[in-house]
Amino acid sequence: MIRFKDVSKDYSTKDGKLTAVSDVNIEINDGEIFGIVGYSGAGKSTLVRMLDGLEAPTKGEIDINGTNIAKLYGHRLRVQRQKIGMIFQHFNLLWSRTVIDNIALPLEIAKVPKKKRQARAEELVKLVGLEGREHSYPSELSGGQKQRVGIARALANEPTILISDEATSALDPDTTNEVLDLLLKINKEMNLTILLITHEMHAIAKICERVAVMDSGRVVESGSVFDVFRHPKEEVTKKFVSEEFSPQQEDSTITLDELIKKYPEGQIIRLVFHGPQAELPIVSEVVKRYSELQISILAGAIRQTQEGALGSLDLQFIGDEKQITDALDYLKKMRVETEVIHHE
Amino acid sequence: MSNATGLKSYFIFKNVDWPSMWSATWETVWMTLISMIAVVVFGIILGLILYETRTHNGPLFKVLNWIVGLFVDIFRSIPFIILIVLLLPVTKEMIGTIIGPRAALPSLVISASPFYARMVESYFREVDSGVIEAAESMGATTWGIITKVLLPESKPALIAGATVTTISLISYTAMAGAIGAGGLGNLAYLDGFQSSNNTVTLVATVIICLFVFLVQYIGDLLVKVTDKRTL
Repeated sequence: MIRFKDVSKDYSTKDGKLTAVSDVNIEINDGEIFGIVGYSGAGKSTLVRMLDGLEAPTKGEIDINGTNIAKLYGHRLRVQRQKIGMIFQHFNLLWSRTVIDNIALPLEIAKVPKKKRQARAEELVKLVGLEGREHSYPSELSGGQKQRVGIARALANEPTILISDEATSALDPDTTNEVLDLLLKINKEMNLTILLITHEMHAIAKICERVAVMDSGRVVESGSVFDVFRHPKEEVTKKFVSEEFSPQQEDSTITLDELIKKYPEGQIIRLVFHGPQAELPIVSEVVKRYSELQISILAGAIRQTQEGALGSLDLQFIGDEKQITDALDYLKKMRVETEVIHHE
Repeated sequence: MSNATGLKSYFIFKNVDWPSMWSATWETVWMTLISMIAVVVFGIILGLILYETRTHNGPLFKVLNWIVGLFVDIFRSIPFIILIVLLLPVTKEMIGTIIGPRAALPSLVISASPFYARMVESYFREVDSGVIEAAESMGATTWGIITKVLLPESKPALIAGATVTTISLISYTAMAGAIGAGGLGNLAYLDGFQSSNNTVTLVATVIICLFVFLVQYIGDLLVKVTDKRTL
């Protein structure tokens, strides 16, 4: 269990005191994937650096399984660091070492005998699916492959905690998903606690169970990913969630405007599905029951989270007022949240 | 000895005493290689001290950084020809003589090490700070970071810098030769210039050029082999 208790971190700069982290309280359970989301400068990285003892908090306590990190120094701090694996945005691999030697680096640092090192590194190569690339240099690998090496290296000393510091931010969407799937697999197989630091809500939605939203050094909102997505309270959270659901908001606004002009008599309605409803054929049922209605899909997105699917769909209903009201009632009965965005 | 004048004087090869030419060549190569090894060792040590005392905080580190920095900058700014003369008593004390290739070594090493040390320091600073942080987060000690990250990750730069330094060393040996250290510089000065034997000067020049080219070629080759950043 990781516990941040009233943690603050100030820096003194020539312009005065700068608070990077302020009164953070977070508890992360063993074996859980916990997300910390925030824009750059929100204090996420400082939080992580404190967890690894790379920086000391100005105030508060950081406790990992009963050890106060801020109190450690020298040899004991270095041994503690070996129990925490870290992966980075820019991979931070040694270009001078091959894949297998990069993976073996933490083992060398921990003074593991050569034979054991070799065996463990080979095992990890298999775990992250890089068989055949053992003797390649990082410059010969794609971004996704490099991050796999990063993950293997982070796992070398069999840590109990893995910190992912923006580890997917430099990758394309497909590769991001691959890496996230790998993290999820590792979490399940090794019962590893993963702390996922990111500014991409997508990554949080895909693999995290719980999330803390950070803004200017504070945790402004936290809870299960599912709840935070469904009912975001703070402005910054709403922004993150809406970015995730309508990535091309500007495009859809244009279409919306055009459609509103084209069909002034229509109603534009947003449906929000969560959990099992997202998997039911609700829309086709509406089409069947109210066959005189003309229904067009304007925009939509469905995200798989660890607690089930979560989706939003913008529809335009054209037709008889009575039928539209009936259709909306039916949707409500099916426990789909509806919201009329535009009505004449 | 025939003493032709004009441009023809460059090409009277019978005036060249080949055995002494070869032994002078060997002296130059010997002085360069021995001093190069010492310069690389001292340069890396000094460069490491400069780098580490700069990155660590604390008054002790600051003082050490200032002292080493001052020492390096003083010896780097003394022109080589003056440094040799200045160090004559030191050389006499260390080597027992001020004549011959061995006597050139102290001033060669003292002059080139600070030069290389500053280069080494800048190479270490160019090592990706993210990689150093990654090693720190793995629990590496300062020594572990030096041996497993700093040195291997800056190896091609260290070699390229050593190549440049070695080439300066070759020209320093020639200067040292002019005041009695032996080698091709000595030969070109005594048998060439002072005996008005331009052919000896030309041959010595050509051999030094070939030596420089060879060092550059080997240096470039080693950089290419060790640099795995672009393949």
